[in-house]
Amino acid sequence: MLKTFPKGGIHPEENKITSSKAIKRMPVPKVVYVPIAQHIGIPAEIIVDRKDKVEIGQVIAKSGGFVSSNIHSPVAGTVTKLDMIVDTSGYKKQCIVIRTDQKNESNFEIPDFPLKKEISMDQKNILQQITDCGIVGLGGATFPSHVKLDLKNDNHVDCLIINGVECEPYLTADHRLMLEKADEIIVGIQILMHALHINEAIIGIENNKKDAIKVLKQAAKSDKRIKVAALQVKYPQGSEKQLITAIVQREVPIGGLPMDVGVIVHNVGTIFAIYQAVQYDQPLIERVVTVTGKKIENASNFWVRIGTPIKDLVEEVGGLPEGTRKIVNGGPMMGKAIKNTDVPVTKGTSGILVISEDEASRQDPKNCIRCGQCVFVCPMGLEPHLLMNLSEKGMYEKAAYEDIMTCIECGSCSYVCPSHRPLLDYIRFGKSIVKKINTTKN
Amino acid sequence: MSDSVLYSVFLLVSLGVIAAIVLYIVSKKFYVYENPLISEVDDILPAANCGGCGSPGCKAFADKLVNTEDISELFCPVGGNEVMKQVSEILGKEVTEKDPTVAVLLCQGGCEVRPKTTIYQGPRTCAVSAMVYGGETDCQYGCLGDGDCVAVCDFDAMYMDENTGLPVIDTDKCTSCEACVKACPRDIIEMRPLNKRDLKIFVGCLNQDKAGIAKKACDVACIGCSKCEDICPKDAVIMTDTLAYIDPIACTLCRKCVEVCPTHSIIETNFPPKKVKKPKEEKPKREKVAVVKAKVESVNPKTDA
Repeated sequence: MLKTFPKGGIHPEENKITSSKAIKRMPVPKVVYVPIAQHIGIPAEIIVDRKDKVEIGQVIAKSGGFVSSNIHSPVAGTVTKLDMIVDTSGYKKQCIVIRTDQKNESNFEIPDFPLKKEISMDQKNILQQITDCGIVGLGGATFPSHVKLDLKNDNHVDCLIINGVECEPYLTADHRLMLEKADEIIVGIQILMHALHINEAIIGIENNKKDAIKVLKQAAKSDKRIKVAALQVKYPQGSEKQLITAIVQREVPIGGLPMDVGVIVHNVGTIFAIYQAVQYDQPLIERVVTVTGKKIENASNFWVRIGTPIKDLVEEVGGLPEGTRKIVNGGPMMGKAIKNTDVPVTKGTSGILVISEDEASRQDPKNCIRCGQCVFVCPMGLEPHLLMNLSEKGMYEKAAYEDIMTCIECGSCSYVCPSHRPLLDYIRFGKSIVKKINTTKN
Repeated sequence: MSDSVLYSVFLLVSLGVIAAIVLYIVSKKFYVYENPLISEVDDILPAANCGGCGSPGCKAFADKLVNTEDISELFCPVGGNEVMKQVSEILGKEVTEKDPTVAVLLCQGGCEVRPKTTIYQGPRTCAVSAMVYGGETDCQYGCLGDGDCVAVCDFDAMYMDENTGLPVIDTDKCTSCEACVKACPRDIIEMRPLNKRDLKIFVGCLNQDKAGIAKKACDVACIGCSKCEDICPKDAVIMTDTLAYIDPIACTLCRKCVEVCPTHSIIETNFPPKKVKKPKEEKPKREKVAVVKAKVESVNPKTDA
């Protein structure tokens, strides 16, 4: 019996169309739009001005605090303007617009870094390098990585968990990365273990990616400290808390962090970015993005520069098919529909999903029939129907008492509801209000 | 026969007497003293229980009025100066007079002038859709059109106009309780002073985008051309980079700005009609809207959020 998390979970259709497609390199876009708020926390501060010439990998926005991250120029070129562009949040946000210098060769060189196994940096430098290179969690939450690695003295961390679950349907970015960069990922894990003095690392992979499990097991053969754990296929196993329970059977307390139970979790994409930052001094300027959809002709995985407009990606896979209704940034479960195709790829964009009209439409919500399906599938053990009603009626204090803030917004409740009730929409809304109340109280 | 009638009468009378004694004792024993002024003040208050004063209801407000020494900062917006004057007479405390105000919608981006570029299928409340994204149109400052303000209005002073998709405020019914101001996630409802004939001039737009972008998103957006600022004889127009705001106190209602506004984003209400050929102006405007709409659709495919 394979491991999994004990409470709730669902089995959405997998639709991993692109899992056999090797990662291709996207052509460098003519213009990039780099938002300054690509991570959770304080937005970065712009340190370039109009008409400035920037080099590839140059810092263009500096970290605005501890929970923040540097942003580097993804191309060499000229800053044409600092503008407000609609980003993935659906609102206009501050962006740095850079026109690519077509004559500058550094833009078009295909980076080829041979595997480098020796770790020459010491602990302090590794952590500094991760901070400087603007590494954030590439699984989708974009939490600045250096914050996760900044251990307090009273936290004893004994296990590093690597998240290669990719439980979202359609997405295959992490899967392909594990297949193609297995050795680099193992070195990346060794770097982190070296920096944090951890002697155990477990890579969690769902059992629908048997090839990745095999490849990583092979790559990890030389290092006995690194293990690969095959997990049952169940959504939302890629969520940090669920993954910890599945692999080491420890439950993160309410309001706590994985550190509190002696665990640190990182996504495989983040590990690869850390490898590149530490071994080759490469800042985070590109990431793997799955561009997919049932009607997309050439759906595939791409190395994409941060700031590339999504319309470039859509064109690369053969344009928007007829009857397209929605373009989702991320996977179908937790992703968010974007407002138009000018929205740029950010550090958190793991996939672009094109959904046609017949799949995208929501049905009209009906009355709750008290079937309890939402309670049954909630991986956090909450009562989504109750939380929705409390948020809808404005009873936020009661909602806070019912632990609305522990909701991980996986959307399992909305997925199973036979009455098509907008459970997650209202829970998210309630969470935002409770968060506001909590901050004003403090 | 007569016995049974007597018995029952006796039984009921004695039951009644016992109950009366018990009630009398309880009412004396558990008597709670309440300042009689509270109920007196409560009777004067409008009994709307709207919460516009900041208290949860009229009775609570009456309690607060009686038990607070300095009530100069307390005000019942529904009752207005008249009610506050009576309260002042009863309590012998000083109250401040406030000019009457009325809620005003600072957006006139109806369906015709502000084309929708996306489809929203989530819960139809402004609070949720504002959290999801900038709204169905390209203007992220304007009305979302889901009617949270109408839902909170206790006085039936608001309704949604089906043609424009915007809320309409009935000035006669509005009591300036500010419930709609608090409910609006976009902050597009402003309280402006109310004069006798309800004459108002204000900029009906809050779009802070640059002129071209604002105009593309909405035909009646303020483009920040500052023509109104130049023509205003009283310096009542306050310009930020891309947006004009008319200070209601400095404004003398001369209507000069209304005429010069190239996008018709300055609204005048209840003025007697001027001798201007209005119907001629409107016709070409509509054609333009259609062109803008078609353009926007061809650039951005309809996506849903």
